[in-house]
Amino acid sequence: MRADRLNETFAALADPTRRAILSRLMAGEASVTELAEPFAMSLPAISKHLKVLERAGLIARGREAQWRPCRLEADPLREVADWVEGYRRFWEQSQERYDRLDDYLRAAQGKEPPDDQPAP
Amino acid sequence: MADLQVVADPGTHEIQITRSFDAPRELVYRAFTDPDAVRQWWGQRDNETIVDRLEARAGGQWRFVQRSQDGNEHGFHGVYHEAIAPERIVYTFEWEGMPGHVLLETVTLEEQDGKTHMTDTSVFQSVADRDGMLQSGMESGAAESFDRLDEYLAKR
Repeated sequence: MRADRLNETFAALADPTRRAILSRLMAGEASVTELAEPFAMSLPAISKHLKVLERAGLIARGREAQWRPCRLEADPLREVADWVEGYRRFWEQSQERYDRLDDYLRAAQGKEPPDDQPAP
Repeated sequence: MADLQVVADPGTHEIQITRSFDAPRELVYRAFTDPDAVRQWWGQRDNETIVDRLEARAGGQWRFVQRSQDGNEHGFHGVYHEAIAPERIVYTFEWEGMPGHVLLETVTLEEQDGKTHMTDTSVFQSVADRDGMLQSGMESGAAESFDRLDEYLAKR
């Protein structure tokens, strides 16, 4: 379930136009016309991208106003951030673990910490 | 020597870590197999490591406990399948907080010009277990990353 959603989120993010649309929406709500402005694209082409983003839950369209403003939705981005964060931490924990082993090996060889060592 | 590499291909049962150390491999081997050495570097920096058991020989057992500053204890244990000084250690690894998820770890040490190149390969029982280990920082990290994303989104 969660993996399916990640697949959908990453697929939606794997397009420069869609990422640019999300960047624009980080500044606040916008209409389809406003979103289309920076691109040399037809409104239907932009609408297609918006549908992909909407299906992935990355954006929501307002129901109330006639111009149906688009806005950013946090949840799928949270899942992506969460997913990446886990990998980052694993890497950092591995790094810290072996940095400690470096410290031990240095001490066991009677070496000074690298910062105190004069340049060879 | 911070040349750490972590390789975890999608959909496999494996994590492979490589790293070099500025020390002869006898010493690196001892760091993995001597209780007094393990106490000094194993685990997270702010935690105390208690070496309950370390019998580095085929069929020998090991058990290390991590005690955090707030007194929480996490036990890890396994069995050595090979301990060939100074080149290779093979053992099982299990976190007692999640029993039944065992991995097989092979640490290989190669020496060149007085430096040691380590290859540490862990094979998990399932892809899900492997992904779980990769995401092990997630529980503590999730809250923090959510907060940061919240702050970011609040500014829009």
